[in-house]
Amino acid sequence: MTWVSAIVHGILLGGVYALLASGLALMFGVMRIINLAHGSLALVGAYMAFLLTEHLHITTYLALAPVLPGALVAGYFLQRTMLERSLRAGQLVPLLTTFGLLIVIANLLQYFFSPDVHSLDEGRIGTAAWNVSSSLSIPWFDVLTFGVAVFVLGGLELVLRHTQLGRELRATAEDADTAELVGINARAVYARAAAIAVATAALAGVFYGMRSSFDPNAGADQLLYAFEAVVIGGIGSLWGTLWGGVVLGVAQLVGAQINPEYFALSGHVVFLVVLVARTGVQARGLTLTLRRAT
Amino acid sequence: MTTLLAVEALDARHGLLQAVRQVSFEVAEAETLALVGANGAGKTTLLRTIAGAHRPAGGRVLFDGNDITRLPAHRRVRLGIALVPEGRRLFPNLTVEENLRVASGAGGRPGPWTVDAVLEAFPLLAPLRRKRAASLSGGEQQATAIGRALMTNPRLLLLDEVSLGLAPVVVEGVYRSLSSLLEGGATVLLVEQDLARALKTADRVACMLEGRIVLEGTPGELTREQVTEAYFGLRRTEATA
Repeated sequence: MTWVSAIVHGILLGGVYALLASGLALMFGVMRIINLAHGSLALVGAYMAFLLTEHLHITTYLALAPVLPGALVAGYFLQRTMLERSLRAGQLVPLLTTFGLLIVIANLLQYFFSPDVHSLDEGRIGTAAWNVSSSLSIPWFDVLTFGVAVFVLGGLELVLRHTQLGRELRATAEDADTAELVGINARAVYARAAAIAVATAALAGVFYGMRSSFDPNAGADQLLYAFEAVVIGGIGSLWGTLWGGVVLGVAQLVGAQINPEYFALSGHVVFLVVLVARTGVQARGLTLTLRRAT
Repeated sequence: MTTLLAVEALDARHGLLQAVRQVSFEVAEAETLALVGANGAGKTTLLRTIAGAHRPAGGRVLFDGNDITRLPAHRRVRLGIALVPEGRRLFPNLTVEENLRVASGAGGRPGPWTVDAVLEAFPLLAPLRRKRAASLSGGEQQATAIGRALMTNPRLLLLDEVSLGLAPVVVEGVYRSLSSLLEGGATVLLVEQDLARALKTADRVACMLEGRIVLEGTPGELTREQVTEAYFGLRRTEATA
C-alpha cells in the first residue's frame, strides 16, 4: 500500500466508524446518555441478520428489511423500560445501566451463537473493485459503506432541521421542562430518539459484519472507535461525527503504513491529541478570563 | 360568566419549603386576573403548578370543570393551558420561527394563531424569524415567548413576569401587544411585580403573601394602601372576596 492508498482507504474506513457513531452522537445530543451498549446493540443487529440469512436464505441486504424495524422497536422499549428509569436517578446511572447491558448482551450472544467468529455475506459487490492504478484499488463495498454513512448522517441532519420531529428533538435536548410546557411529550420524544439511534446501530452492525468477521465481544472495540469519532468530531455535531470518523480512519491506516502494529495506537494518539488540544484551548480561555478579572 | 379555571386548597412545596399554602381562587372565561406579591410569595410556583410543571402536594386544579391535577404538562397544553415562563425560557439554538412552530406542531389546539398571525401581532419579530433565539434582545425574546405560547391556541394564558429584566419602554411595547389580546376576550392569569400596571391591566387582582392569597378584589374596590399593606404584609389583612 502506498501513502495515497492508505489515506483513501482511511477515509473509507472512517465511514464505518461514522455510521456506528451517528446513533451514539444522537443519543448523547438529545438525552445526554453515553450509551456504552451501542456497539453491542450493533452486534445484535449483525447476529439477527446472520440468523435471517442462514434460515431464510435471503441476502444480507434483504435481511435489513426486518432487522431495521425490529431495532426501532427494540430501541423504543429500551428507552421506555430501562434508560428512562436510569435517567431519573441522575446522569451517571445510565452509564452504569448501559455498561451492564453491554456485558449481558455479550454473554447472551456467546450463549446462543457460541464464541466462534461469524460473518455476513456482502454479495457480489464484495469482490468488485475500481483499479485506479497498480497501487490503488478502491473496493466498491467500502464506497457503499461510506455512502450509507453519508446518507444516514445527512438524513438525520435533514430530519433535525426540517421536520416537526426534529424540532421537538432539538427543543427537548435544549430544555426538556420547557418542551413539556409547549406541548411536547418529552418521554415520547426520548423514546423516538432511542429508536432511531438503535436502528442506526443495527445498520452499522450489519455493514460491519459484512466487512469483517465478528464475535460476541466485538461490540466493545467498535464502541471505542465510534466514541473516538464522536469526540474528535466535536460532541453533538452530526457532520462533525463524519469528519471525526474520517480523521480516525486515516490516522489508523497511515499509522499502519508506517508499521502494521501502529494501526490502533495511531488512532488513539490522534484522539488524545485532539482531546488535549481542546481542553488546552479551554484552559487558556479560562486563564485569560481570570487574568482579565484580576 | 362561566368558570374556566378553579384552584381548590392547593399546596405546593419545594422540598421542605412550602411555597403555596391552601390557595383557592377561580378565573372566569374572558377574565384577566393579576397575581401580585413580593418576591418569594409563591406566585411563580402557583403558576407552574397550574401549568403542570410542578407537582402539587395537595389540593385540586379544575379546568373547564375537569380535574387536571394529575395530568402532565404536555396534556394540559392540549386542553388549552399555556404558560409563558419566568425568564422566557426559549430554545436558544432554535430560530424564532422554529420556536413558534415547535409549539404549534407538538399538540396545540387548532385555532387562529399561526406563525403569520403571531408575526402580525408582534411586528418586531417579522425581520427576525430566521434568527437564533439566543441572539435576540430581551424584549424580542419576550415577544417570541408570548408568541410561542399563543401558537398552541390556549384558552387560558398564564403570563409569568413578562416585564422582568426589560427596559420600561420595551415593557410598554409588550403590554401594548398584549392589550389587543386581552380586549379580544382572552382568559389570562398574569403575575406582575409592577402594582400600577397590574391594577391597570387586570379585571381582578389577587395579592399573595407567604404562599397565601391575602387580598382579592377588582381594581376599583381596592385602594392602593390596602394592596401595599397586603403586598408587604405590614398588617395582616383578612381576605376579602
